[in-house]
Amino acid sequence: MLTFTIRRLILAIPTLLFISLVIFLLLELAPGDPMAQVPLTVPPEVKEKMREALGLGEPMHVRYWKWLVQFFWIEPQVMFDHMFGTTYSEDKLRVISWQHRGPVMDVVVERLPQTLWVVGFSYIVGILIALPIGIYSAYKQYSMFDQAGTFITMIGYSIPPFFTGPLVIVIFSVQLGWFPFIYDTTHQVTDWDSFVYQLRQMIMPVMVLAMQTTAQISRYMRASMLDNLNQDYVRTARAKGLSERVVVLVHVLRNSMIPVVTVIALGLPAVFGGAIITEQVFSVNGIGGQLIGAIQANDLPTVQTLTFMFAILIVFFNLIADVLYGILDPRIRYD
Amino acid sequence: MTDMSNTEPTTPPHSQWYDVWHQFKAHKGALIGGIVFIVIVLGVFIGPWLWPYDATFIDIRSRNQGPSLAHPFGTDQLGRDLLARMMAGGQTSIAVGLTAMALALGLGSLVGITAGYFKKLDGPLMRLTDLFLALPILPLLLVMMMLFREPLSAAVGPERGIFILIVVAIGITSWMPTARIVRGDVLAIKEREFVLAARSIGTSNKNMITRHILPNVLSPIMVSATLGIANAIITESALSFLGLGFPPDFPTWGRLLNDAVQYLQDYPERVFWPGLAISLTVLSVNYLGDGLRDALDPRIRGR
Repeated sequence: MLTFTIRRLILAIPTLLFISLVIFLLLELAPGDPMAQVPLTVPPEVKEKMREALGLGEPMHVRYWKWLVQFFWIEPQVMFDHMFGTTYSEDKLRVISWQHRGPVMDVVVERLPQTLWVVGFSYIVGILIALPIGIYSAYKQYSMFDQAGTFITMIGYSIPPFFTGPLVIVIFSVQLGWFPFIYDTTHQVTDWDSFVYQLRQMIMPVMVLAMQTTAQISRYMRASMLDNLNQDYVRTARAKGLSERVVVLVHVLRNSMIPVVTVIALGLPAVFGGAIITEQVFSVNGIGGQLIGAIQANDLPTVQTLTFMFAILIVFFNLIADVLYGILDPRIRYD
Repeated sequence: MTDMSNTEPTTPPHSQWYDVWHQFKAHKGALIGGIVFIVIVLGVFIGPWLWPYDATFIDIRSRNQGPSLAHPFGTDQLGRDLLARMMAGGQTSIAVGLTAMALALGLGSLVGITAGYFKKLDGPLMRLTDLFLALPILPLLLVMMMLFREPLSAAVGPERGIFILIVVAIGITSWMPTARIVRGDVLAIKEREFVLAARSIGTSNKNMITRHILPNVLSPIMVSATLGIANAIITESALSFLGLGFPPDFPTWGRLLNDAVQYLQDYPERVFWPGLAISLTVLSVNYLGDGLRDALDPRIRGR
């Protein structure tokens, strides 16, 4: 198992390099000039100097290499310095945003907690709702509950978050006035009241994101339970006189969880992607909002870094899913 | 040998597609989904001929009206009839969905069949598929929209340019699931006896693929076609919703939703129609795909 994990980790490196190259080339081949906004009164030689200051004067492969060094070598050093108070990264050039004139990573670190709170919480809520629905509708296949569950999950699957978002805003903020409809990112949790406020402003984005998660995972859970419920070992367990509860919730559930756990791991990066839209709807100031802002401001270093971070998330969770599958299912041996 | 005379079939022979239709009819959700989808498509493409208002006709005196007999969905901030805009938007959204689906399907089937049929290309093509699956799709789509929208608009006109851009962008980022499914099926079919028989009479690779392999992998391709339409419509709406899709004066369902969100506090009901149209289309197409999957699977058919 360990050798497999290591092998997968090593294999992830060329994948990530390829993706970084794709992103770099896409931004490189794109027409458009970052100097286009500079006033025409600025003389051409000054413009040329500005271009060089932005690091645009050098050939393509040099810039790609520099970006790789900045991202994989200097930024980790900065993080290390920040954690242990060392000074490895002093005077080294970091990835600088054209928009804020500061390091991209500083902004990311500022914004990431908002996204993680909303996305992480919604994913957990979604899973906690999805699993019981999936289990029960498989146990009572073709019952009213199952039919209704299928219909509701199909709806949850089909309604995009940019519709459910405004819809819950209209219902719960405009009509009922229960929750604030703009997410206040400067809000600090200090006491009970501010904690309640934080919960209230999180409910709607979490609800919207969790709906997608629930729809997907409960489908998988149901299918996986159905596969296992007719197996011979279930009959054996019942014949031994085990209670129905133990049979379903211990024997069947454990085996059914194997594929579901990998689906949960694989789905997490997609939720981050979906969070881009949800953040836009509720004005959550997370990395999705940052990406949109950077795209609108033509801030290429930020766009490049953020897109690549999304790619790292995907590759990383794919790896986790593969490893988890091997650990959970003893029939699967990679080596 | 008397019972040999009883082997005559009692019912007239019917084709495979009759069986498929028979099974499809039994799936109520799929049937309703199919009807709803056809109604939406017809309404969106024939409706503008019957409806007196034009989607871009500005009547500033009757702006921000609620639903009335003259304007069943009301009017927007410039007095344009929302029903007409919904129909015009639907044309674009559905056209994008169908074209992007066709592109993704073509690419996916090509890669899938090539990888499954030619052993040498299997490894590289599947690695390529894996790499594409690891790409962050939505951020990349946003980046592509940002970078290529102006040059393409300048080259072939704003609306057509963005249409081509969106279709190509969605097409080349959503062919991977189709390729994987098709490859798996091709690998299984390649080992069957009829392929061996066809090869033994000297069938060329081209004929082998077009006559023997392709008809047999048609069912997974059709199922992923329905899912592809749903996916493309949602993606296009998401891009338009984020303001990176079609230009503001060119309605699509996502764009209309985006416009409505800006007036959310004053006219919350405007959000409803474009959102409902997107959801209903996607829901009906998903049900259609569900029914097709059952109908085209010979193991389930006849039960």
